[in-house]
Amino acid sequence: MNENDLRKVIEQVLVEMNGAGKEISEDVVKETVLAASTATKVEEGFIPDVTEVDIRKQYLVEEPVNKEDYYELKQYAPCRLGIGKAGARYKTDPMLQFRAAHSAAQDAVFSDVDHEFIDKMGLLTVQTQCDNKDVYLTRPDLGRKLSEESAKSIAEKCKKNPTVQIYVSDGLSSAAVAANIADVLPGIMQGLKSYGIETGTPFFVKYGRVGVMDQVSEITGAEVTCVLIGERPGLITAESMSAYIAYKATIGMPEARRTVVSNIHRAGTIPAEAGAHIAEIIKLMLEKKASGTDLKL
Amino acid sequence: MILRTKLFGHNYEFKSLREVMAKANEEKSGDKLAGIAAESAEERVAAKVVLSHITLEDLRNNPAVPYEEDEVTRIIQDDVNEAIYNEIKSWTVAQFREWILDIQTTGSMIQRISRGITSEMVAAVCKLMSNLDLIYAASKIRIIAHCNTTIGLPGTFSSRLQPNHTTDNPKGIMASVMEGFSVGCGDAVLGLNPVDDSAESVARILKSFDEFKNKWEVPTQICVLAHVTTQTEAADKFNAPIDLMFQSIAGSQKGNEAFGLTAQMLEDGRQMMLKKGTSTGPNVMYFETGQGSELSSEAHHGWDQVTMEARCYGFAKRYQPFLVNTVVGFIGPEYLYDSKQVIRAGLEDHFMGKLTGLPMGCDACYTNHMKADQNDIENLAMLLASAGCNYIMGVPQGDDCMLMYQCTGFHEAAALREILGLRPIREFELWMEKMGFMENGKLTPLAGDASVFMKK
Repeated sequence: MNENDLRKVIEQVLVEMNGAGKEISEDVVKETVLAASTATKVEEGFIPDVTEVDIRKQYLVEEPVNKEDYYELKQYAPCRLGIGKAGARYKTDPMLQFRAAHSAAQDAVFSDVDHEFIDKMGLLTVQTQCDNKDVYLTRPDLGRKLSEESAKSIAEKCKKNPTVQIYVSDGLSSAAVAANIADVLPGIMQGLKSYGIETGTPFFVKYGRVGVMDQVSEITGAEVTCVLIGERPGLITAESMSAYIAYKATIGMPEARRTVVSNIHRAGTIPAEAGAHIAEIIKLMLEKKASGTDLKL
Repeated sequence: MILRTKLFGHNYEFKSLREVMAKANEEKSGDKLAGIAAESAEERVAAKVVLSHITLEDLRNNPAVPYEEDEVTRIIQDDVNEAIYNEIKSWTVAQFREWILDIQTTGSMIQRISRGITSEMVAAVCKLMSNLDLIYAASKIRIIAHCNTTIGLPGTFSSRLQPNHTTDNPKGIMASVMEGFSVGCGDAVLGLNPVDDSAESVARILKSFDEFKNKWEVPTQICVLAHVTTQTEAADKFNAPIDLMFQSIAGSQKGNEAFGLTAQMLEDGRQMMLKKGTSTGPNVMYFETGQGSELSSEAHHGWDQVTMEARCYGFAKRYQPFLVNTVVGFIGPEYLYDSKQVIRAGLEDHFMGKLTGLPMGCDACYTNHMKADQNDIENLAMLLASAGCNYIMGVPQGDDCMLMYQCTGFHEAAALREILGLRPIREFELWMEKMGFMENGKLTPLAGDASVFMKK
């Protein structure tokens, strides 16, 4: 609606309110038009992204007694400090930053990995015995077992007895898969190739817990099995991924036989570097024929 | 005992008291995971009906784990006052419930009866309580304990200052300590969950806490939440100053074994504290619990998570703790699915702890794979404060970056105190006034300025 249209509407409303036939002063109309047009005006530009605030650098306490020293001290903590207060509650900015961080964590847990992304990565999709996210979250036992169809599909379509079997799983963070796989997976593959180590057919396990790697190992007959899986998101990042690696994993083996590389994300172990690191561990595992606490890194 | 009833003319028959107890629970994902939950809403109510007619004597004679097999059972049973038990053993669970709720029944009357009951009775009556029943009943039971200061007095509400850090960095920890104290957090305890579990590191942190406490004359107690044996080693080898000795506990011997713990270790730890601890006492122990931990270590013996949790409290009571809290939403959605289940469990645990006779607090919390958010946990904190809960946790803005979960923040205790007219522990309030952080029970403009502790 342009200003002229707005003016007509306001004039009409004012006349109706005042009763027909009464004179409406031009000033009243002008004022009302101005108020209405400023109230609805949408401006250009962006409100700054609250998730880009560095919480170590943010210091919201009003007139602190010793600003410099506490600011310096709080550089040593990744926590939400120096946040001040509004009454006995939180100021608006830190409250919104917290909510934004939690929203990313929730979305990472409760949404599925995009199928197109998995297809684009050239990964075959298989699934555990969980039918949906709710079952996945409440039945860890079912998340450790492949569906019958999936087990069959891996046996039929994947390379038999590879030296190393690598696969991807959503775990507790779909965001971790989306953020890291395109860098980590090729990184491992190239690293292993350079060592002359042969790898199996990579695939994606939907609704997977770490333990499903034992069944994968038994089906493929791989010497070393490695899963890249989304970690439970924290508020610092929702994109953290872990690699669990085991030498000749078997169903029911002790947890201590797994080697873990955790904290793979942009602000932790850089995804591109993680690939080379994992390849190196796998090479060592093959040499020593051991993993987990049996393997000294 | 009769294990059969009809609902809408439909027969419901249960095979054992164990089955009745499990199915009488409010819905919990952990009981479903264990395969023992009621199969329908109607069956749940039928189990409650049957349970309401069970006598306290039946409950005493059917402990979750046999006396001969389990030291937790032995401690609970051996500590029963037989004279008091004989007065009430013929009561049904329904009678017990109504006696607790009766206006004529005072907190001190309940505390007397709690010496004659077992944890299975505590769990049973909890299962017949609505959420408001749990708040109403708990609100009249005040359990007071003394370490350096006195916790649990009527009109007070306390908090633990939890300055956890991803790498135990001493400067980073102190940044949290200062900000927490500046908003009135930490009158229950200054207590850190360590990343480095070595006795040397634990001792180093305890010394830094002790130094801060003495320098600023903070009337509180200090603790580092390592294993009992590690804390003992820290005291023996490194002269660590310890006001409170911490331990995670479970409701069965097997569950405690998963924590690397025996009853003897706890007794040894307590004796060490009485000899070498730095606090006034007599209450020198701090325990944490949480529904579902027994199932997660396959130590639940087929019993439901409310009953196993009640047994933690029966076990804890032997060691006369200063603090006990359930870490109610930490375990994840396979045990407590969403905010509704966490809120229910928080109220159950607080009530059961108080009925057992413990100075009970609660870590109202959730993980990011649960269907819960900060609003839910603020609701629970409000309900707990109304129920007379002794203390809650305090971490910077509710975000524990080391344990990767969210709980109540530094500001929550202050807000709840102001809303409900509650105060910190008296000595601590006087200290806050002296520091300029509090006036007439409210935070001052200076509160929240941690840099006060760095004044030149």
